[in-house]
Amino acid sequence: MNIPVVNLGAILPAIMLSLFGIAIMVAEPFVSDAKKSWLGWLAIAGTIAAMLALAPMSRQAGQWYTNLWIVDSYSIFFHFLFILIAAITILTSMNFLQREGIHHTEYYALLLFATVGMMMMAGSNELIMVFLGLEILSIATYVLAGFRRTDLKSNESAMKYFLLGSFSSAFFLYGVALIFGATGSTNLIVIADSLRSGDPQTSLVSLAAALMLIGLCFKVAVAPFHVWAPDVYEGAPTPVTGFMSVGPKAAGFAVLLRIFMTAFPTLEDRWTSVFWIVAALTMLIGNVIALVQPNIKRMLAYSSIAHAGYIAVAVAAGSEHGVSAVLFYTLAYSVTNLGAFAVVTMLSRSEDKLVNLNDYAGLASKRPGLAAVLSLFMLSLAGVPGTAGFAGKFFIFKAAVQSGLIWLAVIGVITTVVSFYYYLYVIVQMYMRDPNEEFADVRTTGPLKLALAITIAGTLYLGILPTRFLDWTVSAAVNALR
Amino acid sequence: MDVITANILTIIAFTPAAGAVLILFFNRAHVRSIRSFAFIITLLTFVFSLHLVTYFDSSVAEFQFAVNVPWIPSLGVNYELGVDGISLYLVLLATVLTPLAMLASWSIASRAKEYFIFMLLLETGMIGVFVSLDLFLFYVFWEVMLVPMYFLIGVWGGERRIYAAMKFVLYTMIGSVLMLVAIIALYFLHGSATGTFTFSYPQIMAALASNSLVIAPGMERALFLAFFLAFAIKVPLFPFHTWLPDAHVEAPTAGSVLLAGVLLKMGTYGLVRFSLPLFPHQSQLFAPMISFLAVAGIIYGALVAMVQPDLKKLVAYSSVSHLGFIVLGIFSFTTQGMEGAIYQMLSHGVSTGALFLLVGMIYERRHTRLIDDFGGLAHKMPVYAAFFLIVTLSSIGLPGLNGFVGEFLILLGTFGVSRSFAVFAALGVILSAVYMLWMYQRTFWGEVTHEPNQTLRDMNRREYAMLVPLLALIVWMGMYSNHFLRPMDASVAKLINQVQSRDVQVADQNSR
Repeated sequence: MNIPVVNLGAILPAIMLSLFGIAIMVAEPFVSDAKKSWLGWLAIAGTIAAMLALAPMSRQAGQWYTNLWIVDSYSIFFHFLFILIAAITILTSMNFLQREGIHHTEYYALLLFATVGMMMMAGSNELIMVFLGLEILSIATYVLAGFRRTDLKSNESAMKYFLLGSFSSAFFLYGVALIFGATGSTNLIVIADSLRSGDPQTSLVSLAAALMLIGLCFKVAVAPFHVWAPDVYEGAPTPVTGFMSVGPKAAGFAVLLRIFMTAFPTLEDRWTSVFWIVAALTMLIGNVIALVQPNIKRMLAYSSIAHAGYIAVAVAAGSEHGVSAVLFYTLAYSVTNLGAFAVVTMLSRSEDKLVNLNDYAGLASKRPGLAAVLSLFMLSLAGVPGTAGFAGKFFIFKAAVQSGLIWLAVIGVITTVVSFYYYLYVIVQMYMRDPNEEFADVRTTGPLKLALAITIAGTLYLGILPTRFLDWTVSAAVNALR
Repeated sequence: MDVITANILTIIAFTPAAGAVLILFFNRAHVRSIRSFAFIITLLTFVFSLHLVTYFDSSVAEFQFAVNVPWIPSLGVNYELGVDGISLYLVLLATVLTPLAMLASWSIASRAKEYFIFMLLLETGMIGVFVSLDLFLFYVFWEVMLVPMYFLIGVWGGERRIYAAMKFVLYTMIGSVLMLVAIIALYFLHGSATGTFTFSYPQIMAALASNSLVIAPGMERALFLAFFLAFAIKVPLFPFHTWLPDAHVEAPTAGSVLLAGVLLKMGTYGLVRFSLPLFPHQSQLFAPMISFLAVAGIIYGALVAMVQPDLKKLVAYSSVSHLGFIVLGIFSFTTQGMEGAIYQMLSHGVSTGALFLLVGMIYERRHTRLIDDFGGLAHKMPVYAAFFLIVTLSSIGLPGLNGFVGEFLILLGTFGVSRSFAVFAALGVILSAVYMLWMYQRTFWGEVTHEPNQTLRDMNRREYAMLVPLLALIVWMGMYSNHFLRPMDASVAKLINQVQSRDVQVADQNSR
């Protein structure tokens, strides 16, 4: 009997995160409540180890494990992004958990497992693997959303997320089943080959693709499948909301592009035209409804829907410039949005007090530094030049124009102007109104400061000198499309 | 070329930004040292900008002091700067007015640190717009500049400041995002025609001139309109002007000075620099319509200015009227009209800047700007009244002062093209005399009718320091207009030539 040689290098980052996650769960009972924050640092160590593991992984380019798993610069890019998201989220959460008196450190383990799920989505070459990754991510996130278990809103959030999440997973799985029926495989490359060469049953394949598309659209919360997002985002613990608004979204787009670029290039005309409509709708709905939100978490929820719309523009643009724009934008948006959520986390109080926009009145005269930082993130989300948000939007609109989607780009830029109103409204509250709240006891602790430092540096670096990451995203896109 | 001359534009553009970064390290309680430092930085910027005037070669039509470094190489974005005769004095306008605006900010006490940071960032933005030659870079400066202005109006402005600040940003954005799409489209048109993907304005111009890039008429119209809308809102051309009175009235004095003095010129500069040379044929086609809007703005602005009870609002509407002249001159496509327009940009910056400074002084003393609250001020503040009179006369366009030269050249240029436009525009000159002199009469002459005005102090030394340079400029520009016009000649001639010759080419191609 031959024992197959298992190449661990190709999944080393995922192994690292899993090991650290398990270690945290095992260690938990032995650590007293007062010292629980050490487990947070252990989780950080896990992300650092995973980051370092990217180097051996990137040397293993190719397909592995009977073509289940693919290592290319596309998947490496997303691995990098997911680890970054996890690390910033952990840094943001450490202070939060202490303040809320949540001493269940499964929290960190769940975050790491969710990240592993996202990695599996981005790196798999095979629909069943995608589904496994999707479920690992989703189940971990359902629990995280309901982590403040004594809080009704948190429960509501978890329940809603669970119901709609399973619903969308079912759609996806149904699509997988149908495509297996049509082509006899769940491997993306085999599917593509049989669609190209054989005599596929077009209606069945289209139905399968449509079902998978619907499932993934639920996950990334684009219109008209976005309705769950605001309630879920509002009720979840603030750092988890930050995580959900960027992580699963990026993973969803990663997998969506991978499936449709690799398996269904023959249907490209159809799904890009679907995405034209989805993008336009999402940008309009997200931005317009965000205008009237009094709660900053809800506002950021609708804003994240709007940003999914911008990413959808790049998806509709297709080809390598569209894909590279998606990659760059998810990175830029993740960094900025996590930064914004870090500030919101810092300012909020137990039981989600002080998350209304009115509560931010006069912040600039009490805490000028924090107000300036939040302003930077708002300007980046709005897309002011010099910030990551602008660079990202610019690449997306450039891709759209390049693919001849000029009207979609016009809709995009005009909804951007709409978004200026609500992002600047936060600045209005902080700088132009009289203070009505004491922010004296807001403590900026070490981990939070570190999270802010990373996100500020990222926002400015990507905005002013995007070249390095831009080149990376372009080569990743070329790789994925080969 | 020595190091300083080679990098002089970068130095001028980023000295204020560097100053802003340094202010971050000041203790916010030391308001006095913060504002002195900010003032010194702007003075330093002004001194650097004198280097431009000294070494500028008037006989050359090309861009000078050029810098060209790759910024985002994979996109063809360059850090490309340069000035020619058209932008030279606009840079100077920004570097002259900012220190004076700093002096006008001496009474800012609340959150002075942020205030001076934003003022300095604003200066970098303004200079950047006038010197960038890369369309991407231009757009970056154009947009980035909105942020400090938004804060200046919104935080340190008057009662309706939030409304005014938001309106200012949203209006400007609507126009400029469409320009962004047009810039991207132009980038791809140029790239697919020539094989080089670049945002560089000189390269795109060269491709247009050599006919290696030919834009289809329908596309050219769309691009022209997208650029035009961005600039027309910024100018602001009637009927896109409604943000202007709000922004001007609510902004703090220094904000109004820079808004009227420099920011509005960015719109007219954009028309001259980009709209005309890039889309000459469409510019010609739309010229009658745009000139009509310009004349409508001249007369409408003047009529509305006449009935304003508020001094600042009056000056704001007079800007609408004066900016109409500039647009009229640009779209006359004559050398006189174009030079007159550029001259008027400078002259309006100086006169209106001075007017806003003067209104700010009286507002600081009385906390009102209503004309009805004054009267007989000439008795109590004779020097102030005299300064105000000179600036008023310059704004009306009295021969011998700066306002006359620009208006006269514009009317001369327009007259040769369209008599009726020139006649109606000349009506605007008369109306401006009516509203300005009437305002002067009600404010300064007669008896002092309001008790609080009895105790008004005349100008102090800081206020002299603000106004004397501007008065000197008013007289200098009026008497020795050649000092300012000659450096423009070569560049303007080249511009007119580009517009005329390419227009003929395009017309030929269309008729074939």
